[in-house]
Amino acid sequence: MMWLINLAWKNLWRNKMRTTINMSAVFFAVILSVFTSSLKDGIFENLIKNVVSFHTGYIQIHLKGYWNEQILDNCLTYDVNLNQQIISISNISDATPRLESYGLIASDKNTKGCMVIGINPDKENKVTSLKNKLIRGAYLNQNDNGVLVSEGLANRINVNINDTIYLIGQGYHGTTAAGRYKVKGLVKFGTPNLNNQIIYLSMPAASELYSSAQLATSIIISLHNPKLLQSTLSNIQQTLGNEYEVMSWEKILPDVKQHIETDGNNMQYIQGILYMLVSFGIFGALLMMMLERKYELGMLVAIGMKKSKLCILISIESILTVLGGCILGLLVSIPIVYYFNKHALKLGGEIAEIYERFGFEAVFPTSTSADNFISQGITVLIIGLLLSLYPVFKIMKINPSTSMKR
Amino acid sequence: MNDIVIDTHNISRIYNPYTIPVYAIKNVHLHLRRGEFAALVGPSGSGKTTLLNLIGGLDKPDEGQIMINGTDITSLSPSALINFRLNNIGFVFQSFNLIPVLTARENAEFIMLLQGRNKKEREERITQLFKQIGLADKMNRRPSELSGGEQQRVAVARALASKPQFILADEPTANLDSKSASVLLDIMYKLNKEENITFLFSTHDQRVIDRARRVITLVDGQISSDTNIIDTSLPH
Repeated sequence: MMWLINLAWKNLWRNKMRTTINMSAVFFAVILSVFTSSLKDGIFENLIKNVVSFHTGYIQIHLKGYWNEQILDNCLTYDVNLNQQIISISNISDATPRLESYGLIASDKNTKGCMVIGINPDKENKVTSLKNKLIRGAYLNQNDNGVLVSEGLANRINVNINDTIYLIGQGYHGTTAAGRYKVKGLVKFGTPNLNNQIIYLSMPAASELYSSAQLATSIIISLHNPKLLQSTLSNIQQTLGNEYEVMSWEKILPDVKQHIETDGNNMQYIQGILYMLVSFGIFGALLMMMLERKYELGMLVAIGMKKSKLCILISIESILTVLGGCILGLLVSIPIVYYFNKHALKLGGEIAEIYERFGFEAVFPTSTSADNFISQGITVLIIGLLLSLYPVFKIMKINPSTSMKR
Repeated sequence: MNDIVIDTHNISRIYNPYTIPVYAIKNVHLHLRRGEFAALVGPSGSGKTTLLNLIGGLDKPDEGQIMINGTDITSLSPSALINFRLNNIGFVFQSFNLIPVLTARENAEFIMLLQGRNKKEREERITQLFKQIGLADKMNRRPSELSGGEQQRVAVARALASKPQFILADEPTANLDSKSASVLLDIMYKLNKEENITFLFSTHDQRVIDRARRVITLVDGQISSDTNIIDTSLPH
């Protein structure tokens, strides 16, 4: 066996051009597959990040029943103990409470229905990057008595920063909620639905407005590793018990989840077409190799080399070629993927505007997840090894007298 | 009778048997005794290579039977035929056909590796063969570092390494200059005379024909003449 491995190794080095061509087919196939897969995952990861940082967070915790009946009476008590309990669960990077309700906003000229959200300004910014959406004025402080008004809503009721607005609504346990606030800043959302109705208050101001001290309608969770969403969800549920409902962004926004799944399926077709192209590339190289070596293989059978031994010899050569191409392809694809992760592909012009209008960044970064390197490397390796059966098939059918005709 | 190494019984090889049959070989009956040094001659297309391929088990006749040292090779399975070739027939091709990545020594040793011979046996045999072909000092050179004549001598060593019943040489001097051809023929002639090794050449080369002690002429796939040339130097 060792002499066969030795001969295969020497054969690879003998015809450097042929080996380079065969290896290149696998090498470029791996790079293309890894890059496509990383780009696909990167686009979806970015899309989810966009959606999550919009408003929902990766996970929300509510009192059981809140999601079906979203009223202040279904609030949970948010204190240091609960916060500590949540933060101690692995993979959770931060948690921030929210107090959400509906009410009326009035300026001296107009009145309109709105969504009032009490937030912890610092934590909210960590979870949903709210500060980035500020277009005018200043961001809220922890105990601020001012408000942030979404740009669309501000236009509707004709207010600007430093103007005064009035909020009227129903507080905890049916109390009347009313307050006067100064507009501290304007925030802009891509989605018109959010941009036309949101007002942010600091948590103490919201608690005072709704008479709901230490209460929160939801706790928004951000994660270290979004890929561990489901296991983290189970851990939270297990830690907090059945008194709370723990929901992922997928359950909160099922339409977005479905959209991502549909796009994911479409991308799988593209990936399938890519694998076909990759297969043709590798097969072409093998076909060329077999044509070139027809005489040589015929001669080896003629002088008495058994076809089974010849198959082993050619298989060893194929395995070494495919393996070499895969390893080199992976080594080169790592810096490429990391480069396009840091310097994401950017869309320009009208398409970028459309993306941004809907609150999505018009950038396509690649995902640096190791899964892509491993899965694509293995996939191309399997394709290459399966295609290596072609030379074996041809060797089994070889006829030395016809193969040796010049 | 035990002396007969090659015995073909009315063999025919027909191309296009179902459309317009063309007889590449027609009813050839040929015996070759151990120790013969025979040349198969004839014009291009007369069937020399086809007959050599049939005798060498590289092709199968459509009619007739080929007995090699008492074994009917036409009835062997493809796998058994490869094994039979390995242990019984030595081939020397027109274009040398050495394995370029192996040294001259490794090329000759290759056959013995296929036979599963042990290292000691291989080393002894190869050393002896390279002395006989006069390339003991160039054993570790690659084929690309040898002249055409030297490569063909290594091919002869490779053919002999397996200790075959006979050697089939298809136009062995066709690609050689006259000096190299002469050296090669001297070596093969010497091996034939001293070790009683059987050689069957297909050739156009007059130098080979001049050395042969038997000249078989093929015309249109049939033996038109079979002449024995008396050699007084032969022991039998």
